[in-house]
Amino acid sequence: MASLTSYESNINKVNESPVDRIFMLSNTAFLVVITIIVLLPLVFIVSASFSSAEAVIAGRVTLWPVDFSLLGYETIFEHKKVWDGFANSLFYTFFGTIFNVVMTIIAAYPLSRQDLIGRRIITIAFIFTMLFNGGLIPTYMVVRDLGLLNTRAAMILPTGIGVFNLLITITFFRTTIPPELIEAARIDGASDFRIFGSIVVPLARPIIAVLALFYAVNTHWNTYFQALIYLKDQELFPLQLVLREILIENSIDASMLVDVEDLLAREGLRELLKYSLIVVASLPVMFIYPFVQRHFVKGIMIGSVK
Amino acid sequence: MAGKEDALRASGERSQWRKRLGGSAPRWGKFWLRIRRNWQLYVLLILPLAWLIIFRYAPMYGAQIAFRQYSPVFGIEGSPWVGLANFERFFNSPKFEPIIVNTLVLSFYSLIAGFPIPIILALSLNQVKMRLFRNSVQMITYAPHFISTVVIVGMLFQFLHPRVGFTAVLANALGVNAPNWMGDPGAFRHIFVWSGIWQEMGFGAIIYLAVLSTVDPALHEAAVVDGANRLQRIRYIDIPGLLPTAMVLLVLSTGRVLEVAFEKVYLMQSPLNLSVAEVINTYVYKVGLLSPILDFSYSTAIGLLKGIVGLLLLIAVNHAARRLTQNSVW
Repeated sequence: MASLTSYESNINKVNESPVDRIFMLSNTAFLVVITIIVLLPLVFIVSASFSSAEAVIAGRVTLWPVDFSLLGYETIFEHKKVWDGFANSLFYTFFGTIFNVVMTIIAAYPLSRQDLIGRRIITIAFIFTMLFNGGLIPTYMVVRDLGLLNTRAAMILPTGIGVFNLLITITFFRTTIPPELIEAARIDGASDFRIFGSIVVPLARPIIAVLALFYAVNTHWNTYFQALIYLKDQELFPLQLVLREILIENSIDASMLVDVEDLLAREGLRELLKYSLIVVASLPVMFIYPFVQRHFVKGIMIGSVK
Repeated sequence: MAGKEDALRASGERSQWRKRLGGSAPRWGKFWLRIRRNWQLYVLLILPLAWLIIFRYAPMYGAQIAFRQYSPVFGIEGSPWVGLANFERFFNSPKFEPIIVNTLVLSFYSLIAGFPIPIILALSLNQVKMRLFRNSVQMITYAPHFISTVVIVGMLFQFLHPRVGFTAVLANALGVNAPNWMGDPGAFRHIFVWSGIWQEMGFGAIIYLAVLSTVDPALHEAAVVDGANRLQRIRYIDIPGLLPTAMVLLVLSTGRVLEVAFEKVYLMQSPLNLSVAEVINTYVYKVGLLSPILDFSYSTAIGLLKGIVGLLLLIAVNHAARRLTQNSVW
């Protein structure tokens, strides 16, 4: 296989004019530069997170750990707030995603059926909310009046259905479930509930994977805005809100730093902690994304079919 | 005689009517039959529709407080009407101009700088024949998309830190003092836009790569036979192939110019850069939920204004795109 590819590329090279060869070289160089630009900040953060507090505060870390140390990670592991945030985020992501996926599927299947009267108007009612919405305060007032403020439900119920996700699911159903199949099941005496449970949901597995990923990552794990406006109690805070306190507002529990006497080293630990925290917080998604990125790509492709 | 004729005509009309009714009665019956036959599908839709009404349309109803002086004591319907007073207050506010300017500058800067880059990246990646190289570049450039906004802004603070940041280390090596980028109002817009491009260019290229993979290879073969080089093939085959998709995405993002990413701007704000970093969305949040005297009506009015202008803008841009290029969202 390898020899075949090189053989092919040899043929290409023979056919290529000097102009093309120069172009291909600069093209490759361009992509290498882009890749380095993307990698550079990531490598810096990871390197700093594995360095010593002294090296960090002295500004000696560039693209390789200096005085290798796990102190930053050890400090984080003792930080209860971070772990509470982690647990809360897991809770919101898990239950929120289930709620989102179920709602999206039960909305998308009827709306994908050409023989459903009212299909167009309901779909338009959904799409319209993409173009225009009541706004921040009126939405907040609805959540408040439902008594959801400062509850876990406020992190889940308002997210409901993402219109883009609904549209790709409708497209998916329309293109993968032939009407003849539904008709045949009907003739065999299956009800719509039965068809939905025994035919549609099993066939929907690929789209369920895409939806679960979109909702889990984009709607739940990586967002903080809902939590910022709806939650007051620390113990309900998702990870992103805890991160905001530490990374952006620079508020770190002083008790975390007591072991270090030297003022400069303490300052160093404060910064070191942030580097380690960035790595720890991004790890779960970074870890799964290489395995799931093709689902993301698939979702975008379905969406682009229209 | 005339009466008989009339009677005849009338009976003829009647029979025609009967025929029409006869033709349409089963159709009406079919209509109800179709609804009855599909009743279980409507049952499936109950929950999603209830959600849609409660969480999306009820707020639109509540947005009427933009025209009232809302007070929690009287509720939405009980609060007194004030007409356009809340809107006038915003127009006359000294904050009006800087907020609109900041929002538009940030949006258009993001749009102009950020729009072509994923296209260039996709065109460039599309030329690469080496599978491994191509996949690695794609994998690496997608990665930042999956990092949360809080972490991205946290990374910016660390990377550009005047003392421990990467830029500081470089500056020290060169023997110059590292500036405090994050506190510099002059740097805010560049940092916001270029970090956004850094995060999203790879992911933004996906859709263009998908479109490029559908370009008919026969076009390229014919062009090669005609002696076209790679640049010419990009110019005359790939780019025209991308144009419809690019147009649709451009229309959509132009329609959203007032919706500057709240999450990121808010995190990047500091008292130092507020003069350039206050945008509509952050102001709406602060007026409505953060200030000592919460003003729901005023905040809603600003938000509503933004929503209506955004909607009109989308319609206008879509219309223009359709007339100019025959490509539009709807």
